[in-house]
Amino acid sequence: MSGAAPLVRPPAAAGSEAWRLVATLTVAGLLSGLAIVGVYQATLPTIQAHQAEALRRAVLKVLPGAERMAPLYWQDGWEDGWQDGGQDGQKTGGEDGAPAPPGEAASIYASIYAGYAGDTLVGYAIVGEGAGFQDTIRLLFGFDPRRQRVVGLEILESRETPGLGDRIYKDPAFLAAFRDLAVAPTIELVQRGASAPNQVDAISGATISSRSVVNIVNTASGEWLPRLDQLPRADSKGGER
Amino acid sequence: MKEPLLPVLPPDRSADLTAEFVKGLWRENPIFVQVLGMCPALAVTNSGVNGLAMGGATFFVLLGSSFLVSALRRWIPRPVRIATYITIIATFVTVADLLLQALVPEVHRELGAFISLIVVNCLILGRQEAFASKQPILPALADAAGMGGGFTLALVALGGAREVLGKGSLFGWSLFGPHFEPWVIMILPPGGFLMLGLMLLVFAAVREGREKAARRLVAREEAA
Repeated sequence: MSGAAPLVRPPAAAGSEAWRLVATLTVAGLLSGLAIVGVYQATLPTIQAHQAEALRRAVLKVLPGAERMAPLYWQDGWEDGWQDGGQDGQKTGGEDGAPAPPGEAASIYASIYAGYAGDTLVGYAIVGEGAGFQDTIRLLFGFDPRRQRVVGLEILESRETPGLGDRIYKDPAFLAAFRDLAVAPTIELVQRGASAPNQVDAISGATISSRSVVNIVNTASGEWLPRLDQLPRADSKGGER
Repeated sequence: MKEPLLPVLPPDRSADLTAEFVKGLWRENPIFVQVLGMCPALAVTNSGVNGLAMGGATFFVLLGSSFLVSALRRWIPRPVRIATYITIIATFVTVADLLLQALVPEVHRELGAFISLIVVNCLILGRQEAFASKQPILPALADAAGMGGGFTLALVALGGAREVLGKGSLFGWSLFGPHFEPWVIMILPPGGFLMLGLMLLVFAAVREGREKAARRLVAREEAA
């Protein structure tokens, strides 16, 4: 394949031998690079579609009742496209997580998503991330701005201990607590017997992972909730239409 | 399969190929006999599906690499052969990584970095250096398929057994109903060592039993 002469031959001059080694590795590297780029190009659309679909499913899951979603972009203020998802979604490139600007990566990593049932705003899905027990946890939670409550939680990425920490996304009782949870003043983690609307029971055996999740949700809501107030009455606009 | 006591060279090539294939499945099983590739064998076998995916990816990489190394064996200069093998292996691993990501994103999420780490699985480089670089394409493919198959079988056995004990399910299907109290340690890292140790014990016992039987047979023949 390299086009070089067969290996079995009488000893040659050192210079040509060295050249042959370099040539072999160069050709191997070149062909390898070509193969990888080819497969990368071929699989990229599918991989991106998977990621967008997984995100869309997560957003619709944490916002019960939502039928479609639209990303909202924040960069020192709401980007121009914030309202288009709520209408026909033309400017952001379409519905259901296939938006274009600003920047293609934003379709996956835009930090918050508005979920709608018909034209009515159901709530916002907010991405948060922070340190877990083993590695960074990335999660998505649904927030209902009218009731000021968390209405759903989905863990996007985590490497928590199987059987213990991974119950943050496998334990139905833990997840159920996030289906109707007050965020004010902050969410509290209690060892047993959550009584107030802002309290969550820790998973026994996975207290650190549970606390990480609560901290991440608290941090993200502390960051995003004031910004949501700056949205020009997005929720009532949906109702008018 | 009953093995002949004295090695009898098979007369035709297809039997030769079959032997190259079969040896990796049992007699020279990469995990249970050669004890190679321990990192993935311990790290990702916490469920049957993960074991199968890891084994399948390794199988693919081994088969592809053995084919190329065997086909190019005349053109790869000895001093840079290892670097060339690693380039070939790394290419197949990257391809496998991308394909898994595109075809089964959930499994890819579970296996994470361990897919990329197939590059450094000594089983693969070992087969290139010990076998594929010295053999024609067909035996190299048979050897790779056998070794990859044996590796996959071992990983599925490990993962399946750990999943049954640690989660009470097999390939995601619940076996014992809701009242089963899972033996969680079996799907944690220590469980990998426990289960691998148990299986190595079984393999050693079987081998020892066979050797004893063979010795008895020989002794009886000598006495007769």
